[in-house]
Formats: sequence, C-alpha cells, structure tokens
Amino acid sequence: MNLRGFNTLLYKELLRFYKVGFQTLLAPMLTALLYLLVFGHVLEDHVQAFPGVRYTAFLIPGLMMMAVLQNAFANSSSSLIQSKITGNLIFILMTPLSHIEFFLAFVLAAVVRGVVVGAGVYLAALAVIPLPLHSLFVLLAFAVLGSATLATLGVIAGLWADKFDQLAGFQNFIIMPLTFLSGVFYSIHSLPLFWQTLSHFNPFFYMIDGFRYGFFGVSDVSPLRSFTVVLLSFALLSALTLELLRRGYKIRS
Amino acid sequence: MNDMTPAVSIRGVHKRYGAVHALNGVDLDIRRGEFFGLLGPNGAGKSTLINILAGLARPDAGSVAVLGHDVARDYRQARRVLGVVPQELVFDPFFSVREVLRLQAGYFGLGRENDAWIEELLQALMLADKADTNMRSLSGGMKRRVLVAQALVHRPPVVVLDEPTAGVDVELRQSLWQFIQRLHREGHTIVLTTHYLEEAEALCERIAILDHGAVIALDSKQGLLARGMDSVMFTVHTEAPIARLPAALENKVKQRRGNELVLQLHRRDDAIADVVDALRAHGAVITDLHTEKPDLEDVFLELTRKEQRP
Repeated sequence: MNLRGFNTLLYKELLRFYKVGFQTLLAPMLTALLYLLVFGHVLEDHVQAFPGVRYTAFLIPGLMMMAVLQNAFANSSSSLIQSKITGNLIFILMTPLSHIEFFLAFVLAAVVRGVVVGAGVYLAALAVIPLPLHSLFVLLAFAVLGSATLATLGVIAGLWADKFDQLAGFQNFIIMPLTFLSGVFYSIHSLPLFWQTLSHFNPFFYMIDGFRYGFFGVSDVSPLRSFTVVLLSFALLSALTLELLRRGYKIRS
Repeated sequence: MNDMTPAVSIRGVHKRYGAVHALNGVDLDIRRGEFFGLLGPNGAGKSTLINILAGLARPDAGSVAVLGHDVARDYRQARRVLGVVPQELVFDPFFSVREVLRLQAGYFGLGRENDAWIEELLQALMLADKADTNMRSLSGGMKRRVLVAQALVHRPPVVVLDEPTAGVDVELRQSLWQFIQRLHREGHTIVLTTHYLEEAEALCERIAILDHGAVIALDSKQGLLARGMDSVMFTVHTEAPIARLPAALENKVKQRRGNELVLQLHRRDDAIADVVDALRAHGAVITDLHTEKPDLEDVFLELTRKEQRP
C-alpha cells in the first residue's frame, strides 16, 4: 500500500474544505441551527415524538444527523466534480495511488467534515437545551457509518455527473427528499401506515433513528436492525464505487 | 530491467473512440536517455498515446511499458518512473504553488526529504518568488511552469512534455528548454510533442511522426532531414508580383506572397538557371534570389501530405 500517498490525498481533501471553512463548516452549522430555532419554537408545544422527550430535544439529533449526511455527501461529490471539471484530477490519476486508496481518502475526508459539522451543531444546540446521552458508542457508530455511506454516494455522484447542474439534481432530487422524509422532524409513528411502511425502505431513516437512539435510548425500530441496514447500504455502495473507480468510470477513457 | 530496456515500449496499441480509430497499431521504442520527438498534425493520436502512457486512458489492444513496467499490470512502478506535463493548463485553485508541489510529491510517497528538490525546481523554473501564491493568481506562463515542476517533483527518469511551450513567451521558452536540456544531460529520457517544429529540430535526437493513429516515420533527426535532401527551396523576389507563372513551375510552388515566390525544386532534375530563364521569359524582373535546404517542417509537411493522398 502507498500509505504516504494515501495520507497525502486525505490531507489534501481535508485541507480543501478547511480552506473554505465558512462555506463548508460554519454555513451548514448555521443552517441547522436556524431549522432548530424555527421548528423548535413553532412545534415545541404541539408535538411530542417520544414520551417524556421535548420536541426541541427530539429535533436536535435529527438535525445533527441531517447535517452530517448532507455534508459528507457534499464533500466527496463537490471535490470530485470540481477536480474533474477543472481537469486537475489528472494529477491524482497519474500517481501510484490505487483505486482503493483513492476511495478511502475521499470517504474519510468526507466523514471528518460531516462529523465536524454535526459536532458543531451539537455544541451550539447545547446552549438551547440540555440533551441526554444514552450511548456515545452508538451515536458515533451511526455518525461515522452514516457519513461514510453518504460520502460513498457522493463519490458515485461526482463520478457520474459531468456538470454541476447534474450534481445539484442528484442532491436536490435524491439526497434532500430522502433526508427530509427520514424522520428528522418527526417520529414515523406519527405518520399514516402507508408512509410508515414506505419509510422503512429509506436507509436514511435507519441512520437517523439509530443516531437518535444514542441520545435517548429510544427509537422507532431496534438500533441493531438500523445498524445492519446502514452497514449493508455502505457495503453495497462501497462495492459499486470501488468497481466504478477500478474501471475508471468517466475519469479514465 | 537492464540498460537495454527501452525507456518507453509501445507494442501494437489500438484505441478507438466510437467510430474514430485514434491509434491504429502503434509500435514504438524510445531508448533510455534519448531526447525524442513525437510529432504529428492535430488529431494524429499523440495525446491519446501520451494518455495511455500516463494511465489516463486504456488501450483497446496492445501494451505499453515505461522502463519495463507495464502501465496496466505494474502501474504503481510505471507511474513512479514517469512524469507527464499535460497539454491543458490545469491547476487546483485551492492551493499555493508550494502546497501543490508538496502534495504531488506526497502522492508518490515522498515527504519533507523532497523539499530541497522542490526548492531547486522553484528556483530553476523561476517560481521561487511565487511559491506561496495561490495558483489562481498566476499568469498562464507561470501556471505552465508549475505543470513542469509537478511532472518532475518525484524525479522521474522518463519525462513526457505534451506541447510544453504552447502560449509561452520567447524568454520563458528559452529558459524552459535550458532546464529540460539540463535534465537530459543528467540522464533523463525526454519525450516531446510540439507544434513548433524548429524546437523539435533543435532539440530531438530521434523523431517519430504520427498521422491518422499510426507511425508514418521514425528516424534520427538527420535521417528525416535527409529525406528532404532531394529537394531545394528556391526563393525569388521580383519587382512586381508575377502575374502568370510558366506552366512547368505551377506544381512546384511552395509559397507565393506578394513579390516573393518560393519553389520546391528537385536538386538534380531542375536547373536553377532554367527556372530563372523561364521566369524572365514570363516578364519577371528578379531583384533577389536564394536557395535553402528543406527543414524539418518541409519534411513533416511532405510526409503528412503523402498520408492524406488517396
């Protein structure tokens, strides 16, 4: 393994988003906090998702995980498409890095960005309302695995898209609806049966439900089931991404 | 790998893009330590061949090796011994020049121990005062120099330069060539593609001409120039533009511009005195005349034109 090469690519990907931290870290934290203030204020006295848990407290893990997932996706996809469109991707493709090292560096950097944004939202939210912590391990497991899954999806989107417009379509028509319809703002038990059933086909639901379990020790489905679904999603998407990278899909002619 | 292993070995390479047969069975060996020119008109397949060498494209058939390392099977080692300066002026807008070079070295497994070489590259390519400047802020010529530095940052023994002086001013071009010649003297194999044929003539020891995806000529520079030795370029200046040329000279016209007429004559078959007499007989008042040996450009045009003839 070209360990130093891998470390360098990881460092480069981290440095890339750090250099534009206002856009990549602070802006998404602010967005999540605005959601918290608006939805928390409006719905606090009208909705109780879990027994004994205030709505604002319920909302925070959902918003955290939404920020984690969206930023992990944004990092790998935007880095890849920018490098493709500006043409500087060739400087990575001409090096002795394998497709596995390439994949791991892009995914890990995206996980770091997602987790940093999520942690920022968490710290800011603590100023609004105290949160219980049932299991840090479960919480981190879902944050890391969920962001890795979205980072992998980001690599696929970045490889597939030929222009920013297509990437925006992927984000707005796939990632955004799946995130919003995954129980960020509500417990799926409050939905009609049809929508409850449909939610069970959305992997994002398991990421958020499992993550929320880490805080409250309560969830819509068993955390083990959620973990299994997220792990399988990650494994399937990783296998697909690695094959695309091995073939040089849209990056090597 | 022994000393006889070619720097670059290309065997039966085919590459198609849809209906276009970009490379049509290319066979080519580039010797170690050679300054080699890869010439050809636009669309001849030069960049496709370089992309295959660099691992940016994959051949449909055939094999390519750099210093004996197959670019597909042994890609890590093949890429370690190869540096490619791409034709396109591409750069990463997030980083400074020094950051770009350190990152590039890092991909090849090199760390701070390579910093001295990076500083040397910055000095040699006149980038030292721009080392901490963001890539976005550099002029086109400076970006081009950074591309050269990026290709050399891991000290590859084989260096491919794809149109390295396109759009570069004369002074910079000269300094760039001095640096490349230094690398060549130090034992690097240099493969050059260029549209400036005078550069190839001045620098390259051996030249391949690629056209329609195939090698149509492969010879030493002297060998190629000798192919034009049967010809002589005859330039005539007249008082006024010649209204009508003698019929026998019509097919020998190489260039006609105002009062200047350039004819490509056969060294043995065309007597210059006869040509002058024929022009005078058609009313030309000759004010100046001279002859020249054909240069690489003439040979190149002659060879590639032959290829276009049915």
